[in-house]
Amino acid sequence: MSMDATRHAGLPVDHGDAEAEMDASRDLFGFWVFLMSDAVIFALLFATYGVMLPATAGGPTPASEYKIGPTFLETLVLLTSSLTFGMATVALKHAAQRRALLAWMAVTLALGLLFLGLELHDFADMAAHGAVPARSGFLSAFFGLVPLHGLHVLAGCLWILVMMAQLLIFGPDPRVRINIQRLGLFWHFLDIIWIAIFSTVYLPGLIR
Amino acid sequence: MSAPDAAKRRAIRTYLIGYGAALLLTGAAFAAVHWPVVGPRASFALILALALVQIIVQFRCFLHIRLNRTSRDDLQLILFSALIVALMVGGTLVILFNLRGRMM
Amino acid sequence: MSAPVWPALLGRFSWDALPFVRAWAHPDANEIIGAGAGGMVVAGALFAVALLTYLGRWRWLWREWITSLDHKKIGIMYVVLAFIMLARALIEANLMRLQQASAINAPGFVAPEHFAELFSTHGSIMIFFMAMPFLTGLMNYLVPLQIGSRDVAFPLVNAIGLWLTAAGAALMMASLVIGRFSTGGWSGYPPYTELAFSPGTGPDYWIWAVTLGSVASTLAGLNIAVTLYKMRCPGMKLMRMPLFCWTSLCTAILMVFAMPPLTVATALLALDRYLGFHFFTNTLGGNMMNYANLFWMFGHPEVYIVILPAFGIYSEVVSTFSGKELYGYISLVIATMAIAVLSFTVWLHHFFTMGQSADINAIFGIATMTIGVPTGVKIYNWIWTMFRGEVRFTTPMLYALAFMMTFVLGGLTGIILAFPPLDYLVHNTLFLVAHFHNMLIPGTLYGLVAAYTFWFPKAFGFRLNEFWGRVAVACWVIGFYLAFMPLYVLGAAGMTRRTQAVHEAAYRPWLYIAEVGAVILFCGLAALIVQLWVSIRDRDANRVPVGDPWDGRTLEWSIAAPPPEYNFAHIPHVERLDAFYHDKRSHAPYAAPPHYSAIEMPRNSRTAPVLGLAGAATGFALVWYMWWLAAVGAVAMVVTVIARSFVRDTERTITAEEIERTERAWLAEVARARPIPREIENSTANQGLAKVHA
Repeated sequence: MSMDATRHAGLPVDHGDAEAEMDASRDLFGFWVFLMSDAVIFALLFATYGVMLPATAGGPTPASEYKIGPTFLETLVLLTSSLTFGMATVALKHAAQRRALLAWMAVTLALGLLFLGLELHDFADMAAHGAVPARSGFLSAFFGLVPLHGLHVLAGCLWILVMMAQLLIFGPDPRVRINIQRLGLFWHFLDIIWIAIFSTVYLPGLIR
Repeated sequence: MSAPDAAKRRAIRTYLIGYGAALLLTGAAFAAVHWPVVGPRASFALILALALVQIIVQFRCFLHIRLNRTSRDDLQLILFSALIVALMVGGTLVILFNLRGRMM
Repeated sequence: MSAPVWPALLGRFSWDALPFVRAWAHPDANEIIGAGAGGMVVAGALFAVALLTYLGRWRWLWREWITSLDHKKIGIMYVVLAFIMLARALIEANLMRLQQASAINAPGFVAPEHFAELFSTHGSIMIFFMAMPFLTGLMNYLVPLQIGSRDVAFPLVNAIGLWLTAAGAALMMASLVIGRFSTGGWSGYPPYTELAFSPGTGPDYWIWAVTLGSVASTLAGLNIAVTLYKMRCPGMKLMRMPLFCWTSLCTAILMVFAMPPLTVATALLALDRYLGFHFFTNTLGGNMMNYANLFWMFGHPEVYIVILPAFGIYSEVVSTFSGKELYGYISLVIATMAIAVLSFTVWLHHFFTMGQSADINAIFGIATMTIGVPTGVKIYNWIWTMFRGEVRFTTPMLYALAFMMTFVLGGLTGIILAFPPLDYLVHNTLFLVAHFHNMLIPGTLYGLVAAYTFWFPKAFGFRLNEFWGRVAVACWVIGFYLAFMPLYVLGAAGMTRRTQAVHEAAYRPWLYIAEVGAVILFCGLAALIVQLWVSIRDRDANRVPVGDPWDGRTLEWSIAAPPPEYNFAHIPHVERLDAFYHDKRSHAPYAAPPHYSAIEMPRNSRTAPVLGLAGAATGFALVWYMWWLAAVGAVAMVVTVIARSFVRDTERTITAEEIERTERAWLAEVARARPIPREIENSTANQGLAKVHA
């Protein structure tokens, strides 16, 4: 199986010759392994959040702190950014010119930054009512989990900038193509983590 | 229409289908909380179910994980990860909820 | 004094943090030991610097080793690091035994706080900076050679793993010279390690050293797993891999999935300590059992991370020195995978006494006992491999035999501990200490040293001295029994672990025996050092340039010793398990190929050592609250990674002529060498060419 099964499904991008394809398959698989390791980190923080949910220590509770409107808006922004990154991937494979690719990446970056801005605004709001991590075990668990996703988004934004710079300098050479594909996996993966966040953190806290 | 164009349209369509499904599933989850029609426990179960479906949709449409032979490595990796995550999260919840129950 | 400057610059450092200053102020045995240990670190570092300068080897060190991305050199550096840390942790073990033996109704000579530092560093080092680097180094060295590959999947990630591990080890060493280490044990349980109870630098040193080590191990695991998945040579199906590759694969997968819980545990503890979070505190909803849960979700798979590679090593050793195919290869593979998966289902047995319901304890107790089944399968496999084989009692084989006997005893006490009611009786006693040393010394240390002896000729081109190897075996085995069997007695009699002073005179003889055992264990290390010295001195007589001193079975023995940088001039094709062993018997395995072609190998890179340095600086700065340095270090790490991503010239070509020259020189050695039978493989006649009967 070592020879025939190494062709990678992943994101459908051509790499020219067979050797480059082998390399791509290995590089993308390695990134998948990293993502799964990262997923375990998130899973444990979700579990910790679940366990510490009742530990409000007489302080703010989920119902008093979470707001459905901003959460929905953040979700829409992040979901849309996943679509725009998908369009960037399509441009990487099918479009002749770099401009479309750069444009889609720029849109994704803007959406990512918008998401971060909205999230920071939420956190600032919470802090304004005294909902800070040092207040209770519940808030510690919340601030251990959700901002970590935000940090990942921030890292993703930085990575988009780096890849845009590399596209301008090197053009879509094999390493740029691989790294844009890895970045795509990363970005879609953050989307999946966010689905888990709104479905197990925000929405259950708002159920009446 | 040339073959590359067709492939491109197919790729775009996959992303658009994924996006549409994601919007629908997300909207349903938020709606179930905003305009509750069933009890809290059922709402919670519904949200989790919608999340699970959406994660599968995203894996399929955005991350291109399929059941065919060429992506077997990735699929095996993801399934194994899912097993480990289930063991860890499930175990943690059972153990520590049990502890809390006995400490109360 | 301009007061505001120094705290901003040096954080919470004060002169009192230096053990030398403390020893000057209070010259008692306790402080002098501390200062002596710190002095040894400083003197060792100065000696290394002076020696390199005197020999003019800095440039060589930088070019050939520190910046190298060669998986073989990285593997060797991992093992060197492991030996240095082993020496320190073994000295600490001896100090602890000496203290307990001298502190029976007496104060002894090591103060309680200092004793607590000793057991904390001993455990942390032995796990994170001895066992882990050692086995990672072996996997690095051997896996590509065994699967017929020229390199690992991600050479740079590999080097980053090494240098982050080294950064963690450097923090452990720094804690001897500046400040104090944690007194909270290797598991660092809160709330004791929270700021309220341990306000000093100790737990912070532990947190950052362990975090660096754990991130490094995740990277190492990722690299090894992808290498084994994607880099196997043509024909090397999964079920044709040597068993060491199988155990490496399972270990690597465990690293990828079991290190994250540790990272989460240490990161959350850091949030508690640095930012006032309440994950594990006693107040405002914190719950320390969250920590125990997270830590052991790592901690139990960790046991198998350190033991599985040794299982692979024993499989290779037993098969080679019995001259027989491994008995029940498929069952061994299945048992390895079963152990890897089951290891994620038993972590609660480390805290049976937490207070959960009996049902949960019963479930985890049963799961724990289940692991004994695949492990037992393996023992039978090795026994049946030896059965009717021509067993040669060489040093690695002696380790394997000592392991089988001793490990089974440890397994039996493990079954005792898996019964929750029995566990309640001996919880936190020396019985537990005896049990896990009974697993880890034969199950890890013997295996690692056996591997070191077995593959040393491959890595350096000459055999290790057999006599001193046997002396070392005798010391490690006798020392182990004397040091740890008494602890079972003491533990069953109720002596708790981590005790600085003892108030029961009846314990005296057992503690004395254990102390003698600890000294003999130390002699084991000394014998290894003598062995290395003697072997280097006599290296010319013991060279095995052809590369196959033991009539080996797997691909790494089919190339020169030491192997060329590119490993294989031609990528091998394999048709079956133990391909090289059968090649030797069916046709000439050393035929020159019709032509050679150029090979691309990764160029050296400064990225990994720079990241390691920045990581160490960041960790150190966080320990001492030097916020400016922490920021500089963190930014340096990000900038380094980004800068590296802009480098395009990452490969260098080894020309066909150069390869032809190297290979022809080696083939000439092969033609010159006299094939020798197994009876004289430990004599100077052995040049690494095995005499085989077709």
